Amino acid sequence: MIRLRLEQRAATPAWFYVALPVAAMLATLLLCAGLVVLAGGDVIEAYGTLFLSPVASRFALVETAVKAAPLIFTGLAVAIAFRAKFWNIGGEGQLLMGAMAAAFIGGREGLPAVSLIPLMILAGALAGGIWALVPALLRTRYKVDEVVVSLLLNFIVFYGMMALLDGVWKDPLSGYPDSPDIREEAGFPILLPRTRLHLGVGLALIAAPLVFVLMRKTVLGFAIRAVGENAQAAAYAGFSTARVTMATALLSGAMAGLAGVGEVAGLHYQVMAGISPGYGYTGIVIAMLAGLNPLGVVPAAFFFAIVITGAEAMSRATGIPVYLSDVIQGTALITMLIALLFTRYRLRLKGVGHG
Amino acid sequence: MAQALLEMRGITKRFGAVVANDRVDLSLLPGDILGLLGENGAGKTTLMNVLFGTYAPDEGTIAIDGKPVAIHSAADALALGIGMVHQHFHLVPSMTVLENLMIGLPGKGLRLDEAGARARLADVKARFGLGLDPDALVSGLAIGEQQRLEIIKVLFRGARIVILDEPTAVLTPQEAEGLFAALRAMAAEGFGVVFISHKLHEIRSLTHKVTVLRQGRIAASLAMSDAITDRQLAELMCGHELTPPVKPASETGEVLLSLDGVSTAGGRRVRLRDVSLQVRGGEILGIAGVSGNGQRELADVIAGMLPVASGTLQVGGLAVRETSPRVMQALGIGRVPEDRMTTGLITSLPLSDSMVLPLVAKKPFSRFGFIDHGAIRRFVTEQITAFGIRAAGPDARTGTLSGGNLQKALLARELSQDPRVLLAAQPIRGLDVGAARFVHEQFLALRAAGRAVIVISEDLEELFQISDRIAVFFEGRVMDVLPIAQASVARIGLLMSGQEAA
Repeated sequence: MIRLRLEQRAATPAWFYVALPVAAMLATLLLCAGLVVLAGGDVIEAYGTLFLSPVASRFALVETAVKAAPLIFTGLAVAIAFRAKFWNIGGEGQLLMGAMAAAFIGGREGLPAVSLIPLMILAGALAGGIWALVPALLRTRYKVDEVVVSLLLNFIVFYGMMALLDGVWKDPLSGYPDSPDIREEAGFPILLPRTRLHLGVGLALIAAPLVFVLMRKTVLGFAIRAVGENAQAAAYAGFSTARVTMATALLSGAMAGLAGVGEVAGLHYQVMAGISPGYGYTGIVIAMLAGLNPLGVVPAAFFFAIVITGAEAMSRATGIPVYLSDVIQGTALITMLIALLFTRYRLRLKGVGHG
Repeated sequence: MAQALLEMRGITKRFGAVVANDRVDLSLLPGDILGLLGENGAGKTTLMNVLFGTYAPDEGTIAIDGKPVAIHSAADALALGIGMVHQHFHLVPSMTVLENLMIGLPGKGLRLDEAGARARLADVKARFGLGLDPDALVSGLAIGEQQRLEIIKVLFRGARIVILDEPTAVLTPQEAEGLFAALRAMAAEGFGVVFISHKLHEIRSLTHKVTVLRQGRIAASLAMSDAITDRQLAELMCGHELTPPVKPASETGEVLLSLDGVSTAGGRRVRLRDVSLQVRGGEILGIAGVSGNGQRELADVIAGMLPVASGTLQVGGLAVRETSPRVMQALGIGRVPEDRMTTGLITSLPLSDSMVLPLVAKKPFSRFGFIDHGAIRRFVTEQITAFGIRAAGPDARTGTLSGGNLQKALLARELSQDPRVLLAAQPIRGLDVGAARFVHEQFLALRAAGRAVIVISEDLEELFQISDRIAVFFEGRVMDVLPIAQASVARIGLLMSGQEAA
């Protein structure tokens, strides 16, 4: 009889951090292949369309990048927060706050045109950050569990936003629950002519290395990691865990807020009910897939952007429901969590009887 | 000769290039109490982890009652009658003693067998003198009682071989005596006991046989007798001759730290009441007391973690009104905490991060908030060499270091800041003779350099060895402060139990 058992590793080889996510994704696709078959599709054809159509043309590539931008931001938000063991599940709400702040500033007639874009970015980041401070304050002050608070705040913002959209922001002409368009000058410049590649995509690609530097090369990043790994030792060493937690929340929320700014200023030019199809939640999966490494967030976000955009093409071509994309996202989280186990443990094959 | 309860033969365990156990043999007869002696990193824990199924040995065999067995997990070990009492307890604080005992035990159908557990608890008390109130909450138990519960747990699961990993590190001398009595009673009933310790006098008074490990190999396996001296054992363990550190006379200088009528708010912690203490340069002040009489709170006040409610705290003649860890560090207070793993270092981070934990915000480790990784690396590499810290390098995960090396790392970190006052709590707890000596030498060097050292310890032998004066704590008060010449174990002992010296 052969038995499998887990044994602790003394050290984790560096190549694991690349190999594990790749292995997890392959496992995900294998598991989901069963569903493709159940839906009556051909696995090769379905996956071929799913993964090739989003990268097959310049246009498709740009669309994938546009999709990836908010995912990079929400992924970074989670990668920062989880490092400090501040379990911010509120990326979705913080994104909506950022979007609303951007729409509010972008629609102001009184502001000088050149100030609009910087102000929108600033206001969006601030709105997301402040919204993330709520669970942080409740946790540091009263030891209230931030998972519950940050999660439930998502619904509060969403319904608050809907109240705005059905109330003062309602489009008087169409009667749709859409906010008024932001001003022409408030829209993000397009980076590649005749595409939708907007400034927000560039910002996301710059933000990832900046966050990486912040986490690895600054005292604040050191403090975030120290507090996350052992808050007590960090406190004895002179770090204020409350202040570090708040700084973490502010940064994390700001990233999620920027995701909202990009969607408003770069893509929709207004806020509407479906502005985020759960980017905040997808950010959690992306950050886990990236092993909380800010640089890893970029490929992880692109992978998800491909799955999301490719699923539509696949559905059109093969008739398999688009929801396969959601299943893949969920399965990816689970396989990645299992894969992470192997950074700490190794599997040993043991024949019983001669151990 | 009786059938051996346990027979380990030629056990070899490698971790990469490191051989943690090299052809180790160990045998245990019914009724044996075997002492397992060795420095940190000598392979004691690895050997026991192999026996307990945590690691699979690369070579070698294990036999129980003469039958070869394969142990793949703690569950296998338990099924074979092997039980281990770890240094760190695995109890559920919010449950009662009885509930903790019943976890994992088969019940009556779907219900727990409470009456049966009560009866067995009474039986364990009658046979081994291990008594506990079945309905007491574990969170309310003293450390010694929690340990007793761990031993009872092991017995409940049917262990015939009981392994104890440095069990006396957390006990007072009286509690240790109680533990020894229970272990002797167990041996008398035919149990096999493996007792891991650094303390030579304990090994001497308790065990029948002793196995000494050095660098993963058996250095000696002897029957315990009076003919074997502590010195011989220590030399077997370290492989070189040891002389106790000499404490030269030293000039005492100015008062570097003083507490004047300091009290703290109580809450869930022991309240310090009107504590007045002074420590001068060139002096080692020992703090004695039974665990939980305010020593931890004293340490936290001096470290800036616990605010002073009334009274004054002065460092170098300056009154400190608002204390914080940062402020106290800036005033030149170094600190070697009692809990190396939880409050001193961060086990999951690289050693280099742990070693600059309180220093990283300062030059040369960072400038304008940006970390200079090169400077950190150079500093840590230097300290590793200077203090002989056994680690794979600055990037090694902190938790992979042994207890003695963690303590060296902490000391290196604090001493690098050239502290005016060094506060060390239980500095040699869990350390082997060589490492303990090294730590004490560092204290004496500080003393010679005109710095002040405060040593909080529950090990009276240690305090008598290095202190110039000993202050005794009882219920948050200072009972008395005695110059070492006037201190005796009997007198300190009385003060520790709250009785004024006659």
